Amino acid sequence: MSLRIAMETRQDVLVIRLQGELDHHTAEELRSKVDDILRTPQIRHIVLSLADLAFMDSSGIGVILGRFKQISARSGEMYVCSINPTIYRIFEMSGLFKVIKFRENEADALLVLGVA
Amino acid sequence: MTVQRNFMSVSFAALSQNEAFARVAVASFISHLDITMDELEEMKTVISEAVTNAIIHGYDENPEGVVHISVRIDEGTVEVVVEDNGKGIEDVEQAMQPLYTTKPELERSGMGFTIMENFMDSLEVATAIGKGTTVRLTKRLSFAKALQN
Repeated sequence: MSLRIAMETRQDVLVIRLQGELDHHTAEELRSKVDDILRTPQIRHIVLSLADLAFMDSSGIGVILGRFKQISARSGEMYVCSINPTIYRIFEMSGLFKVIKFRENEADALLVLGVA
Repeated sequence: MTVQRNFMSVSFAALSQNEAFARVAVASFISHLDITMDELEEMKTVISEAVTNAIIHGYDENPEGVVHISVRIDEGTVEVVVEDNGKGIEDVEQAMQPLYTTKPELERSGMGFTIMENFMDSLEVATAIGKGTTVRLTKRLSFAKALQN
């Protein structure tokens, strides 16, 4: 199983939906695909929708934090939603929830960002 | 449930696509145990962390490198050993600090050892410069703990 990346932009929000496994091997593809879209200066916020992400290790933390720094420099915010319990614990122990906001589901996150 | 002992080992090239193989191989080997889904996911995460460290840090992603994994099951305790013959770790204590990484340019999070420590009962690292690193991890599964009590 590898990683499938689906992306959608809604005004200034980039929604990234991940399916499969995010590890060192698949992180590079995610990094380059997201960075391509982030060249558009209009994008300020990111919603990471992880309902179908079956696996993530610390390589995922690295790539997520890297993208967070980019949108943070644009005064944007990052939301993450629908995380499985093991991945939730990895987010927690890495301190990611100090900077990335958690919402139960994608609809909630989009509502907060005003693009529902 | 019958108490059992079992053993397996596998060696593979230090290629990033083999990280998924390593996780699945170990998960498949231990899946016949009375293991919870959470424990299985934790084990996969830990294997991924140790193997990724071997590939990125031990071998600097040189595909000529070989990563060795062995897994031993002994009465509800799973012991995993992940070994490389790479460059070794200069300062293990520092390497184990949360968020410490020697490769920030690669967006490494520095959380690998922290995750291994959190998801397993014990973690031992033996390393020698120019010779390689051995990470030994053990976890007593919840079904075994329950039987004991």
